[in-house]
Amino acid sequence: MAGVWVYAEVTEGGIDPSALELLAKARALDPEPAAVALGPGSSAVAAALGRHGAARVYWSDDPVYSDFVAEPAVFALQQLVAEHGPELILFATSYDSRDVAGRLSALTGATLVANAVDIPSFDIAQTAIMGGSTRVDVRLEGTLKLVLTRPKSFVAGESPGDCETIAIDIVVPDNLKRAKIVERHTAQAAGPKLQDASVVIAGGRGLQGAENFHLLDELAEVIPGAAVGGTRAVVDAGWVPYSYQIGQTGSTVKPEVYLAFGISGATQHVVGMKGAKRIVAVNKDEDAPIFALADLGVIGNALELLPKLIEEIRKG
Amino acid sequence: MNIAVCVKHVPDPNLPMEMDGTRLKRAGVQGVLDPGDEFGVEAALQIKEGHGADVTLVSMGPEASSEALRRGLSMGADRAILVSDGALEGADALATARVLQRAIERTKPDLVVAAVESTDGYTGTMPAALAQFMGWPQVTFATQVEIKDRTLRAHRQTTTGYHVVECELPVMITVTAGINEPRYASFKGIMAAKKKPLERLALADLGLSAVDVRPAQEIVELSKAEEHRSGQVIVDEGEAAGRVAAFLREAKVI
Ligand SMILES: Cc1cc2nc3c(=O)[nH]c(=O)nc-3n(C[C@H](O)[C@H](O)[C@H](O)COP(=O)(O)OP(=O)(O)OC[C@H]3O[C@@H](n4cnc5c(N)ncnc54)[C@H](O)[C@@H]3O)c2cc1C
Ligand SMILES: Nc1ncnc2c1ncn2[C@@H]1O[C@H](COP(=O)(O)O)[C@@H](O)[C@H]1O
Repeated sequence: MAGVWVYAEVTEGGIDPSALELLAKARALDPEPAAVALGPGSSAVAAALGRHGAARVYWSDDPVYSDFVAEPAVFALQQLVAEHGPELILFATSYDSRDVAGRLSALTGATLVANAVDIPSFDIAQTAIMGGSTRVDVRLEGTLKLVLTRPKSFVAGESPGDCETIAIDIVVPDNLKRAKIVERHTAQAAGPKLQDASVVIAGGRGLQGAENFHLLDELAEVIPGAAVGGTRAVVDAGWVPYSYQIGQTGSTVKPEVYLAFGISGATQHVVGMKGAKRIVAVNKDEDAPIFALADLGVIGNALELLPKLIEEIRKG
Repeated sequence: MNIAVCVKHVPDPNLPMEMDGTRLKRAGVQGVLDPGDEFGVEAALQIKEGHGADVTLVSMGPEASSEALRRGLSMGADRAILVSDGALEGADALATARVLQRAIERTKPDLVVAAVESTDGYTGTMPAALAQFMGWPQVTFATQVEIKDRTLRAHRQTTTGYHVVECELPVMITVTAGINEPRYASFKGIMAAKKKPLERLALADLGLSAVDVRPAQEIVELSKAEEHRSGQVIVDEGEAAGRVAAFLREAKVI
């Protein structure tokens, strides 16, 4: 049975939202797409995957898939591919899926496109370059095609239809249990998750130092549903943890309003936030590229503006 | 211990990107050792300093890539291999992995290091494909690595924190920019690099031919995405905070 599959990431917290986004696209390409969900919690979410468009869900709750990096999942996918022969598998651009897709590509010889923002048809993947200003259509050949898609490229939605959930009993050989996850550390984050926040307040190197980042936290306190993020420059400088990073190698956000303070607007940052409904940018350099994206641009000092803005909102 | 580090020569990311037809322009563009790969070289050199190791840099690309290799050699790597071949123009991540695997195999490595993603291609999938071709496990997105008794212990970045991953050598790792502070090449290092071995190989030397590296994907069209913003830009003369607040009110988020 040919068709479009979605490799659905399941985490401790449930389905990764990217899986539902990909299912929406898969459903548009194929009336009966399938999803593959591997690791603890998969059986629990199989029905939800079905509600979001999957006609079949291959699942396994085996902890081997979450205890070891990539190899067990790649083995299982290869078995499923050999048995069912899908034509196209969609993956989210994430740490785990990048590993899985890359290995599967080598194992099967299937061609792989990364960073897709759309899949106009079965054999075309579209990517964006130059900060999203140019779209590139890539045609894929071969019986199996793999596409890694950027988060938030599609809008998830429920769609009616029957769904068959199929437990798989693939036994992963011991020689693929090698890179073992022995500890899991989660950084405590206050407020809503960056990806879900309706307002994102982001800071860049223009904030001058880690000690000024608290101004963004204070602003977030007076705007309901706001979360704080940053550029890679401030993450690399150690001002904020990596979970704050927005952009090509960080999170993709699509809030109602995106506020950029002291951010230049580098291509790699912009791809992660240009989908925001409204963009406000504060930068002291009138030539900063971020202004080209802004609905409201302020040429000025962010460190002076922020306390006034907080005060202004507080007094209502 | 033998360590192979994948390094790529890329157009200087500080210069604006230019296109050459449907591809990124490379010819005649100032190139550099991919800044991401400096972290890989540094990681290998630190392991070498701690445990003793022979560090080989491996690159696939046109002759100009030798500049990137010299740069890595001047940081302290021991030797370099450059795979150049006309048939490799336009190679995808899969072909790159196939070629690099053959070249790397010759160094009998215990550890292969790459960056998380390249600055120009940023597919981020080459290392995983390479690990698969090697038949090795992989630990990607490492922010910290430590090797003890042939066991790697690494911090692997996640969206919410990090995992500690353990794996016996041999293993392929990719390192993030947070892992270390790459050293500058000293004058002595630059002079020494000129005498270090740089082996040049073609596809045939690796037992591969053009059909083995033909990509199964092709760029068919470039188009402009619409840029819809035409907002206003104001100069802050003390009033701007009020304007921003008004904007937020209008957007109904406060
Ligand atoms: C492969 C690769 C992947 C990358 N991935 C990402 C990514 O995921 N996310 C990301 O963000 N970046 C990423 N980058 C880095 C990116 O290219 C930029 O270097 C980075 O986004 C710059 O961050 P910045 O805007 O904070 O700093 P800068 O570019 O240094 O900009 C600082 C800005 O602050 C302004 N400023 C200074 N002082 C003030 C003040 N007092 N008030 C107001 N404005 C002020 C300056 O005018 C300047 O425009 C990546 C790069 C590469 C090569
Ligand atoms: N042509 C190449 N030569 C050497 N190393 C490479 C090459 N292409 C990719 N790499 C390595 O693989 C990493 C990921 O590349 P990519 O998959 O292109 O994002 C890079 O950061 C390099 O370390």
